[in-house]
Amino acid sequence: MTDVAIRVQGLSKLYRIGERQRYKSLRETIMRSLVAPFRKGGRRLPETIWALDDVSFEVMRGEVVGVIGRNGAGKSTLLKILSRITEPTRGRVEVCGRVGSLLEVGTGFHQELTGRENIYLNGAILGMKRAEIERKFDEIVAFAEVERFVDTPVKHFSTGMYLRLAFAVAAHLEPEILLVDEVLAVGDVSFQKKCLGKMGEVANQGRTVLFVSHDMTAIRRLCQRAIWLDTGRVAQVDGVGVVVDSFLNSLGGLGGATKTWPVATAPGDDSVRILSVAVTNTMGEPRESLALSDPILLVLRFEVNQEGIRLNPVFVVKSTLGVTIFSTANYEDPEYGHRLYSSGTYQATCTVPAHVLNDGLYVVDALLVESTRFVRAAAAGAVSLSTYDDGSTRGDYLGDWVGIVRPRCHWRAEKLGRLRD
Amino acid sequence: MNSAEPLPLVVIEPTRGLAALRLGELWAYRELLYFLVWRDVKVRYKQTALGAAWAILQPLMTVAVFTVFFGRLAGIASDGLPYPLFSYAGLLVWTFFAQGLSQSSNSVVGSAQLITKVYFPRLVIPIAAVLSGLVDLAVALPVLAAMLWYYGIWPSLAVLTVPLLALLALVAATGVGLWLSALNVEYRDVRHVVPFLVQLWLFVTPVIYPASTLAPRLQRLGLPPWLWGINPMTGVVEGFRWAMLDAPTSPGSLIAASTVTSLALLISGVYYFRRVERSFADVV
Repeated sequence: MTDVAIRVQGLSKLYRIGERQRYKSLRETIMRSLVAPFRKGGRRLPETIWALDDVSFEVMRGEVVGVIGRNGAGKSTLLKILSRITEPTRGRVEVCGRVGSLLEVGTGFHQELTGRENIYLNGAILGMKRAEIERKFDEIVAFAEVERFVDTPVKHFSTGMYLRLAFAVAAHLEPEILLVDEVLAVGDVSFQKKCLGKMGEVANQGRTVLFVSHDMTAIRRLCQRAIWLDTGRVAQVDGVGVVVDSFLNSLGGLGGATKTWPVATAPGDDSVRILSVAVTNTMGEPRESLALSDPILLVLRFEVNQEGIRLNPVFVVKSTLGVTIFSTANYEDPEYGHRLYSSGTYQATCTVPAHVLNDGLYVVDALLVESTRFVRAAAAGAVSLSTYDDGSTRGDYLGDWVGIVRPRCHWRAEKLGRLRD
Repeated sequence: MNSAEPLPLVVIEPTRGLAALRLGELWAYRELLYFLVWRDVKVRYKQTALGAAWAILQPLMTVAVFTVFFGRLAGIASDGLPYPLFSYAGLLVWTFFAQGLSQSSNSVVGSAQLITKVYFPRLVIPIAAVLSGLVDLAVALPVLAAMLWYYGIWPSLAVLTVPLLALLALVAATGVGLWLSALNVEYRDVRHVVPFLVQLWLFVTPVIYPASTLAPRLQRLGLPPWLWGINPMTGVVEGFRWAMLDAPTSPGSLIAASTVTSLALLISGVYYFRRVERSFADVV
C-alpha cells in the first residue's frame, strides 16, 4: 500500500440548476410526461452546472491540505463527495482509511435531549462506537466545559455551550482522515483557540486532514499544502503560501509585484520617465504577498533626461475598493521638494513599516512630482500587494479583524483600586 | 498510529443501474440504528404529561368508540369474542403498522439535516422510524393481557407465534415505509397521501370487523378466501386474534399470502430506496 490517503481522479459533479433546493410535485411530473409527446424538438434538457469539473489530486497520509476558492468554486461539493454524502457524476476517488467528516458541528443534536444523551447520539451519527464514546465521555464533557449541565436538555444551553459541546464530540472522533468545513468559525475567542489547538493536535498525530476555509490565516497556520478550486476546476496545487498568494492575487485581478514598461509606453515624457515599480521584501525580492509583520518595500526606478529638475517620488497606497489608505514622499530628506536631479537613472525605495496595513489587497500608484506640485509621471495601479495575517498581532482571535489599517498600538491596562463594598 | 492493521480502502464512484444493497454496511451501523430508535422514543414522550401512557390511551379510547358504535349500535360480528377484546387486539397491531408507516414515510425528509451533512446508510432512517413503534406495542400489550384476564380467556399455545406475527407487521410497515419515504423525497405529495392511505387501509383490513364476514362473499364470487391476504395486514390482524384470543379461525392461508406480499414490498422497497438514495442529499 502506498502512502496516498486520498486519490481523486477526474472527479466531476453535475447539478441541475436549482436541484439542490427544489423537489418535484407528482402533478408536475405527470403533466410533463403527458405533454412531452406533443412538444416539438423532443425533450429539453434541464439547465445544468458542473460544480466540479475533472478534478484530480492526491493527498499523502499525514498531510494537512487546505482547500480554498471563492464561493461556489466547488469546495463543499468536493467534501460532500469525499464523505460520501453525495455521489460524483464522473470520476473516481480512492480513500484509504476511516473518514470522519465535520461539515457542521452539532449535526443531529436534538433540543429536547440532554447534553449526555446528545453526546451519545451525535457520536453515533459521526460514526463512533458506543464503547468509544463511553471511553471518551468524560474527556468530551471536560473539553466542552459543560460538566454541571450534562443532564440538562440542550435547549437550555447558551449558544456558546451548545457549540462547545458540539465541537467537543466531533473533536474526539479519531478517524485516519478528517474532512473539515469551516467549523472553526464558531464560538468565542478562547474556544476558538482550543479548537485550533485540537486541530493542530490531530494533524500532529499523523492524521490526514482536508480543511476547507475562507480564513486564509487558519489555512496558512494549519496546512502544508493547498488546493485552489476555481469554478469547479483545480486552479493550483502547491505549497500553502504559494497557492494562497496566487488565490489572493486572483481576487484583485491585478498586475503583480513588479511592473516594467518599454520606453514607448512608459509613464512620463521625454524628460522624466518611470521605468519600473516593484513591491519587495526587505531582501529586495519581489513579493506579491507579505505578512503583516514584514516591512514592505516599494521600489521606483525612473530616468531623468533634463538637467536640474526638482523631483519628488511619491507612492499612493489604495485598497482594491479605491479608498486611499495613505500617500508617502521622502519628507525626511532635508531637501524635500527641492532636490535637483541630473540626467541618469535612479532608484527610490520607500519602506512601509510592518504593522501598518491590515490584511487584504492593496494597489500602489507611483508618481513623479515636480516641485511638490506638478505630476510629471504617474503609474496608477502599477503594482498590487496582498498582506496576510501571520498571527503576530491577533493572539488567538480567528475572525475578521476590521479596519483599513492595523497599526500596532501601545496599550496599558492597570487596576485603579478595589470596588467599594 | 499503528500501521500494522491495513487501512480500509473505499472507492467512490458513480453507481449505475441497480445499486448493490450493501446490507453488511447496515449491520456495521447497527449502533446508529439503536440510537436513532432510542432518540425517537425518548423525544416522543418528553414534555408530555402522560408520557408513554399515550401508547395505551389511544387504542383504548378508540376501542371504546368502536365498541359503542360498531359493536353495540351496528352489531358487527366479532368471531364470538367480546367486541372490546376483539377490536383492541386488532387495533394494537394495526396502530403499530399505521404509526410505523406514517413515521417512516416522513423520516427521510425530516432528517434532511443529517442527510446533507453526514454519511451513513440511509436505510437506517426509515427502519429506525418503524422500529421505534415497537416500544409502544410493548407498552400496550400488557393491557391486552389484563383484558384477557378480565374476560377469563386463556390463550392457547398459538400465542407463541405472536412475535412472528409482530415481525410480519414490521416487515410490512418497513416495506411500505421504504417506498413512501423514498418517494417523499422527490414528490412531497406523499405527505398528503399518507393520512388518507392509512385511513382507507384501515377499512380494508379486518380490524373493526372479522375476516370471516368477508370470506363467504369472496367464495360466492369464485375467489379463494386467501386472496384477501394480499393486504399484508389482513394476515397479521387475523393471525394476532387467533394467536392471542384463541379466536375460532384458521388464518393460515391469509398469513401465508400476507407474508408473500410483505416480503415483496420489503425487497422491492429496499431496492427502490437504494436506487434513489444516491440523489437524496441533492434533492432533500
